[in-house]
Amino acid sequence: MRTIRFILRKEFLQIFRNKAMLPIIFVVPIIQLLVLPLAATYEVKNSKLLVIDQDMSPDSQKLRQAFEASRYFSLHEGIFTVAESDKLLDKRAVDMVLVIPRGFVKNWAKGQMPRLALRVNAMDGSKAGIIAGYAQEIIGRFNGELAADFSGNAFSRRPTIQTEFSYWFNTELNYKPYMVSAILAVLVTMVCLFLSAMNIVKEKELGTIEQINVTPIRKHEFLIGKLLPFWCIGMFELIFGLGLTRLVYGIELAGSVWVVLSFSGLYMVCVLGIGLLVSIYNHTQQQAIFVAWFFMMLFILISGIFTSLESMPRWAQYVAHAVR
Amino acid sequence: MGKINVKAEGLEKNYGKVQAVRSVSFEVEEGELFGLIGPDGAGKTSIFRMLASLILPDSGTVRVAGFDPVKQYQDVRRRIGYMPGRFSLYQDLSVEENVQFFASVFGTSLSENYELVADIYRQIEPFRDRKAGALSGGMKQKLALCCALIHKPEVLLLDEPTTGVDPVSRKEFWQMLKRLKTKGISVVVSTPYMDEAGLCDRIALIQKGKILRIDAPERISESFPFGLWLLRAREMFALLTSLRKYPHAQSAYSFGEDIHFVFQKGKENPEALKEYLQGLAFKDLEIREGKPTIEDCFMAMDS
Repeated sequence: MRTIRFILRKEFLQIFRNKAMLPIIFVVPIIQLLVLPLAATYEVKNSKLLVIDQDMSPDSQKLRQAFEASRYFSLHEGIFTVAESDKLLDKRAVDMVLVIPRGFVKNWAKGQMPRLALRVNAMDGSKAGIIAGYAQEIIGRFNGELAADFSGNAFSRRPTIQTEFSYWFNTELNYKPYMVSAILAVLVTMVCLFLSAMNIVKEKELGTIEQINVTPIRKHEFLIGKLLPFWCIGMFELIFGLGLTRLVYGIELAGSVWVVLSFSGLYMVCVLGIGLLVSIYNHTQQQAIFVAWFFMMLFILISGIFTSLESMPRWAQYVAHAVR
Repeated sequence: MGKINVKAEGLEKNYGKVQAVRSVSFEVEEGELFGLIGPDGAGKTSIFRMLASLILPDSGTVRVAGFDPVKQYQDVRRRIGYMPGRFSLYQDLSVEENVQFFASVFGTSLSENYELVADIYRQIEPFRDRKAGALSGGMKQKLALCCALIHKPEVLLLDEPTTGVDPVSRKEFWQMLKRLKTKGISVVVSTPYMDEAGLCDRIALIQKGKILRIDAPERISESFPFGLWLLRAREMFALLTSLRKYPHAQSAYSFGEDIHFVFQKGKENPEALKEYLQGLAFKDLEIREGKPTIEDCFMAMDS
């Protein structure tokens, strides 16, 4: 026990003497939590929509107005052929092209299904998915109104299914609470993974581990002495981050703080273990950084922050569940 | 004869196909200064690491301070002070913090064993608050020795402690070792410098993982089996090549300002050599008999 205390004292002395350490502990979380949530948002506003209206009917007008009314799109017009619109898509001058073919609604009366074409620029895959989703929502609503119009008066209105969404936990689909907590989790993972891996590898790289190895320090004393400081820093970072998000974004923990802290503590032990593993197989800090970064990328991509788990291929889902 | 503090028997260590240590056996007594002398790559560091319980021998047995480094490594570690060849203290901690840290992990303190390290610590004390990384080479070695001694070890293992250290600090360092000896500590020290070999009580000459010979340094140089001749001329390099071509030459190599020359067994004839060299018209030719050093013995054993 006494030995652990001596190792801890030495570790903290070294950590706080390292000039890069204080910025890592304080400045990095502040910047990540204040700046990144603004940048890393899924909301896509003002995407450029080109409408090719070959129908020029009151119905097509109505559809166009529905898009115009949405704050997600800014409308562009004046082009009437699909070939021309392709060029604009190529140049990324527009993000999406909506083609309303001739006789779009009129044909419905004749028993044909009305057809629309939506051409989305998918160079940016996630953006394409999101704006296509918006467009489908608008078209769906329009579809419902149209169906009502067709069936005439209110008494003989054909029943259409109206879906009312209600989002749990985040009623307004505000991205910040989602993003901020995700960033906080990434941050804590990074601190624990990188700092612990680097710290032990540094002892190897500088040869100081040789001197430690000939002391009567036992394995568990060394490991606890080495990992506990970073567990503490990770915990501090988490509490600091939670405070910051509450102060800046007004995001409060709905459940018990103690549940969050104890499970985070457990999680950090696992991450520190991975850091330890990385440090075992690497001999220089440079190697350790690359390997730790590989794990970090894997965790971020597979965690579902940026892509939803369900859209991943089956094997990736298995990996993700295994990692989780 | 005192207590045997270090005993190695038939030590072997291989790294893949490389045989780093080949059936090495030696004993070190209490209060003895024992030198492992040999060039880089001779296997000295591997021997130290086996004694210090850092690597396991492939075969052979070791006892250090009465314990087996393989099975009783905790007991061994409490009783040895090891100074690796590379400076291995915390460069970002101050002199005092390093000493305190190593004292504390051995469950002792600087004041408890002050009289043992006093000589050394007094020299580094003025730099107490300086970071270990900012010390000069000689000071670093003194600090490392201090940290290795802080828990009153019975055996001190010093792997090339003076490599890269200036001549004055080297001399001081060896004086400190002599003083430690008187306190009953067995010191095993390695060095590639032959002049330092003469300062040990006994030395083991090591080449390619094998011990060539173990004896007191004087005895080793006395037992040089040949006459040694020192030669000098204005054209040293030409002289060396001519000497090597001489039909009765056993060996010829430069050593400081001279060339050391040894005749083949039974063919010793300096007059004939002189005639041969004069025939080649060397200027300022000097030939005199010399006293063999440990390095000469080493060269003779090696060839």
